Amino acid sequence: MNSRGELPDERAKRARFGLRALTGFALMLALVLVVAGRFVYLQVYQHTEYSTRAKANRVRLRHLPPPRGLIYDREGKLLADNVPAFRLDVIPDKVKHMDAMLERLSMVVPLTADDIRRFRQSLKQHRPFEQVPLKFRLTESERDRFAVDQWQFPGVSIDPYLTRNYPYGAEFAHVIGYVGRIDEKEQAQLDPDRYAGSTHIGKTGLEKEYENLLHGTPGYELVEVNADQRPLRVLQRVAAKPGRNLYLTIDERLQRATIAAFDGQTGAAVAIDPRNGNVLAMVTVPSFDPNLFVNGISQSDYTALLEDPEKPLLNRAMRGGYPPGSTVKPFLGLGGLELGLRKASDTVLSTGTFYIPGVARGYRDDQRYGAGRVDLVQAITQSVNTYFYSLALQMGIGRLDQWMARFGFGSPTGIDLPDETGGVLPSPEWKRKTFKQPWYPGETVIAGIGQGYWMVTPLQLAHALATLAGGGLAHVPHVLAATSDGLGAPEMPYPQPRPEQLTHDPADLAAVKQGMLGVVNSPMGTAYKAGIGAGFPYLIAGKTGTAELYSRTTEAYNTNRNLQYLAERHRAWFIAYAPADHPQIAIAVVLEHGAWGGTAAAPIARKMLDQWLLDTPPSERPPPITTPATQTAVAAPVTP
Amino acid sequence: MNELVASFGGRALRIGRRIFSRPRIDVPLALGLLLLALAGLTVLYSASNLNASMVAGQAVRFAIGGALLLVVSRIPPSLLRAWTPWFYLLSCVLLVVVMVLGEGRGADRWLDLGVIRFQPSELMKLAMPMMVAWYLHPRPLPPRWRDIIAIGILVGAPAYLVFKQPDLGTALLIVASGVFVLFLAGLQWWKIGAMLAALAAAAPVAWHFLHDYQRERVLTFLNPERDPLGSGWHIIQSMIAVGSGGVLGKGFNQGTQSKLEFLPEHTTDFIFAVLGEEFGLVGVLVLLALYVFIVGRCLWIAANARDTWSRLTAGALGLAFMVYVIVNGGMIAGLLPVVGVPLPLVSYGGTSAITLLTGFGVVMSIHAHRKWSA
Repeated sequence: MNSRGELPDERAKRARFGLRALTGFALMLALVLVVAGRFVYLQVYQHTEYSTRAKANRVRLRHLPPPRGLIYDREGKLLADNVPAFRLDVIPDKVKHMDAMLERLSMVVPLTADDIRRFRQSLKQHRPFEQVPLKFRLTESERDRFAVDQWQFPGVSIDPYLTRNYPYGAEFAHVIGYVGRIDEKEQAQLDPDRYAGSTHIGKTGLEKEYENLLHGTPGYELVEVNADQRPLRVLQRVAAKPGRNLYLTIDERLQRATIAAFDGQTGAAVAIDPRNGNVLAMVTVPSFDPNLFVNGISQSDYTALLEDPEKPLLNRAMRGGYPPGSTVKPFLGLGGLELGLRKASDTVLSTGTFYIPGVARGYRDDQRYGAGRVDLVQAITQSVNTYFYSLALQMGIGRLDQWMARFGFGSPTGIDLPDETGGVLPSPEWKRKTFKQPWYPGETVIAGIGQGYWMVTPLQLAHALATLAGGGLAHVPHVLAATSDGLGAPEMPYPQPRPEQLTHDPADLAAVKQGMLGVVNSPMGTAYKAGIGAGFPYLIAGKTGTAELYSRTTEAYNTNRNLQYLAERHRAWFIAYAPADHPQIAIAVVLEHGAWGGTAAAPIARKMLDQWLLDTPPSERPPPITTPATQTAVAAPVTP
Repeated sequence: MNELVASFGGRALRIGRRIFSRPRIDVPLALGLLLLALAGLTVLYSASNLNASMVAGQAVRFAIGGALLLVVSRIPPSLLRAWTPWFYLLSCVLLVVVMVLGEGRGADRWLDLGVIRFQPSELMKLAMPMMVAWYLHPRPLPPRWRDIIAIGILVGAPAYLVFKQPDLGTALLIVASGVFVLFLAGLQWWKIGAMLAALAAAAPVAWHFLHDYQRERVLTFLNPERDPLGSGWHIIQSMIAVGSGGVLGKGFNQGTQSKLEFLPEHTTDFIFAVLGEEFGLVGVLVLLALYVFIVGRCLWIAANARDTWSRLTAGALGLAFMVYVIVNGGMIAGLLPVVGVPLPLVSYGGTSAITLLTGFGVVMSIHAHRKWSA
């Protein structure tokens, strides 16, 4: 061996090699043992955890949103259904450059600024591996074009879904309302389990009121997926339970006939069955197409609706507040009898102007020189202000309020529709709270003829009338008649609260009704000239009303002014029920630009009565009234 | 002239007789390789989703490799040693060619010869230990510094070409196979220590030369959850596959991780994870034992070889073989970064299987001719 440690011969080399080979082998063995130890650690000690993760890897829970319940009218006509449609979904995780992708995509499938804005908003509500809808209701040509270019857009897919459709469009928009995409605020409040996989929720109308019934229970699928999340097979499936179908009290034919009768004039009408509170029709003109809202209304459509001077989005039937005018007189007159302040036969002298004792300011009658001595029946028939001025003063605002409140004025009727307003029943407390001003006796006087601060909705008035027509029984108005699970027969009827009896003496009611019969059928009646009782097999009872829009002063009605001027200043009311002896329908109609209640609004009510009472085979109609509508019948004195 | 022909003819006859004389393969080693190949085909059959043509293709490659093994085992080591520089040069040239006009998936590793496509870097894995052994064969041992420097150039040049492909894993394995020769040649421990120290000092510099994706892999290896959908995905899914396999495994063709494609590259670099998932710890340990046996046998053959080249070549091939297994296994089990090293004779891939079997042909030749002088 030399100084450099050189191996001298083959034997030494072999020996050194043997040592090194052994060392190398030992080293390798040690490393193999480390690797083997790692496998033991993974496969023995961490086996449970990794088993769980392997399972979580391959099994995905897929939500199956329930089909929304359908909505039918009282005869089973479909008012809201679900139709299959296609939408464009994006999985954000799979898109590298979102902006560039959207730009390219918009060349294939047109995307509006609204679509993109909404999409970006919903991006925030979803986790990055969840599908986010980009565009709903693709047209067939959009679908075809995308299908050709789909390979260029990883993470974007076309998916089928059920979308809400309202076949009658605007005609039921204010009753049924519409569904819309769940927004951020709603998302935060919804039960995540019940709404898993759901994109829409009832926003207004019945869709909102009965969301719980309509929504149903979601199902789910356990799906085995591969690494691309592509479903391979369904491991387990629990079907979604569809929402309940709703059957309404509303009659599609009456609703449409009412709309046709309005002929485009702005206003509202509500028809209620006095026997049970069933709402038969609920019309607001103008209306809007609820289908626009279902998959997100475009900004321009929405702006157009908002800026329309006739405010089509306003649900006039239950949110429009109008001074009731003379339509309050029958209720006030009934109050006078029921509270024992007057008898039906008591008369009041109408001279053309009414004065509060000791006050110089006068309150005018419709007829310049007055109607002379009138009793309750005549006061209603001829709509004599003086009778009710004095009655209001006699009652005092406190009792007037109390009495009218019993008929539902001043508070929501409790109908099964959201966002109903209660109008205004003026009272000293109300005025103090609202205007911080004291109450003047003159305000009590004009409250007697439905002027002043009064505000009622057509629904309130129809409800009050139905209560009166139905013998003082106050049924809470409702539009839902029955529900069904889609398989069995509808469950009839949908439970309603017990009605409340408001009046004591049937004779009091009879006197008031007599007055209302005269309105339509007596030559002295304010609606007689409109001729709405002519050629109708049943007796109609009604009351006109003309509410001043701007003025609450005693300024004389200037009949010389042209009708256009009056039309702009006045709301025309007509309320009616029929058949007068056993009422089946009570109607309130308001026209925003009507000049006089009797001539403008009454024909609409007549057309509604025609539809409801005559559009059935005569054998199924109620027996007609044979008594002719004569002066004698109307003028016959009523004895309590 | 006649004499020349006769002597040439006689020489050819002698060589021919040696080649075609009765098989002189090492039976234990051959059995080990056969078992390994069968295990490899079985796992591949499952990993490829019962793709019989894929398995058949791999079997054909094994057959080609086996034939080459038998042929090479007949060639005397002296001749193999003489051919070594040419083989090394050829491999270097091919590496240059693949660099100029190569094609591959992201990295230029493949050479398309029309009929077959292969990776010259795999060839280099075999050529490198033979070349370093050839260099050391006539020189005094242990290697001197100037030898180390010369070997550094011999190893560094092709390793750099492979690194540039870029294939860091294979480059490191090529370097390792050269270093094993030095180690087996009896390089003094203090020199080994000095080289390791120099390597540690150079590491920050090397980091500078790494490609972004390579750095990414190293960083991701250190913390896989850092990029769970990117390069961390491979490691996480691989560990899930292995861990969920448990002791006995999910059974043949029952691995959800590979079947549902969560496990990437499950027929090639990550096939070990399929084995771990379907055959469990038992399968893993049996396979590792088989590898250890094969390497041990290689080293035993090397220890009994007649000359320096044979000893060093056989020993280095055996150690390198084991390193492939350790690197691949370490990667599968989340011990090492993802470096794209196949599991020898199990991963799907032609060049690797054929060159490995050819390498074992060299070992067989060394074994068969251990009694003859060079």
